[in-house]
Amino acid sequence: MSKLSILTKGLIKENPALILILGMCPTLGVTSSAINGLGMGLATTFVILLSNVIISVIKNLIPDNVHIPAYIVVIASLVTILQQLLKAYLPALDESLGLFIPLIVVNCIVLGRAEAFASKNGVVDSALDGLGMGLGFTLALTVLGAVREVLGSGSIFDLKFYEGDGIIGFVLAPGAFLVLGYLVAVTKKLSKKLDKKEE
Amino acid sequence: MDYVIIIISSIFVNNVVLAKFLGICPFMGVSNKVNTALGMSGAVAFVMVIATLVTFYIQRLLVSCGIDFMQTIAFILVIASLVQMVELVLKKVSPSLYQALGIFLPLITTNCTVLGVAIEVAGKATYGPAEAAVYALSNAIGYGLALTIFAGLREQLELSEVPEGMRGVPIAFITAGILAMAFMGFAGLA
Repeated sequence: MSKLSILTKGLIKENPALILILGMCPTLGVTSSAINGLGMGLATTFVILLSNVIISVIKNLIPDNVHIPAYIVVIASLVTILQQLLKAYLPALDESLGLFIPLIVVNCIVLGRAEAFASKNGVVDSALDGLGMGLGFTLALTVLGAVREVLGSGSIFDLKFYEGDGIIGFVLAPGAFLVLGYLVAVTKKLSKKLDKKEE
Repeated sequence: MDYVIIIISSIFVNNVVLAKFLGICPFMGVSNKVNTALGMSGAVAFVMVIATLVTFYIQRLLVSCGIDFMQTIAFILVIASLVQMVELVLKKVSPSLYQALGIFLPLITTNCTVLGVAIEVAGKATYGPAEAAVYALSNAIGYGLALTIFAGLREQLELSEVPEGMRGVPIAFITAGILAMAFMGFAGLA
C-alpha cells in the first residue's frame, strides 16, 4: 500500500465512524454543534496519532499475552495528558465535551487501530494511519455537527443565519441518531462509487 | 424520596443510551435478538454496580492523595481487572450464571457505560455509597430497557422491506432516533 493511500483511506473508504461504525458514543454525544464535533475529532486524532506511534515503537517489548492491558495503559496516559492540556489551554472546549474526553480511553477506534495496524507496521506508516483515521473521524463529526447545528439552531460554526429557534429535536438526542443514519447511508453510497472508479 | 428521583431520572429521563449516548457500540452490536440483549444487560448491571462502588472509594483515595488527575488511568485499570475477577469468581461460584453471562463479560471492559457512570458518580460530591449504588443500578436498568426494546424492534425490522441503501446500520440508527424521541416524552417527569 502506498503512503498516500494509507493516509487517505480513513477519509471515506474506511471512515471509522461512518463505514466501520466505531466510536459511536462521542460521535452521537458531542455533535450538537459543528465546533464541538471538530474539537472532539481533533482531540481523538491527537490520541490515535500518538498511541499509534508509541505502540509501533514499543510493540516488540510487550509480551504477547498482556498486550491489550499494555495498550490500554498507553492510551489512558495519553488521554490524561490531553485532559490536562485542555483544562489548561482550552477550558471552554473541555467544559462542552465534558465526560466524553475521559471516554476516549474506551473509544474502540483507538484500540482498534493499535491492534489492527500499529502492532504490525512501522512508525511512519502507523503515524500516517493514525492521522488519516483521526482526520476521517474529525470529518464525520464535523459534518454531523454542522448538519445538526444548521437544522437545530439555524447557525453554522456559531454564525447565526436564521432568526429564531431551529428544530430543537436535532440538537437533542433523536436528531443525532436520525442524521447519523442518513449520513451512514450516503457515505456507503460514496464509498461504493469510489470502489467502482478504482476498478 | 431522593432515591425515587434518582431511579426515575436515570431510567427514563436521562436514559444512559438514548439521552446520554453511552454504550452505543453494544447497543448496535448485540441488539439483534431479545435474548442476547437481556444477557448483555444482566452482565452490565452486575459489573456496573460493583465497579461504581469500587471506583467510588478509589476516587476518595485519589483525592486524599492529591492525585485526582490520575482518575482516568486508575478507573480503567480497576474496571478491566474487576471484569476479569468477576469472570473468575462467577465461574467458580455460580456456573449457571457464568454460562448465561459468559461471552458478554469480556466485552464490558470496552463498554463505555461502566466507565462513564463511574466518572459521573465520582463527580457528584453529594453522593454517598448508597446513592452511588442506586444510581449505578438504575442506569443499568435503563440500559437494559433501551437495549431490550430496541432488540424487539430490530427483530420486527428484519421482516420488513427497507430500501436498499438504508438496509442494516442506517435504518437501525433511524429506529433508534424514533425511540429516543419517544423517551423524550418522559422529560416532563423530572
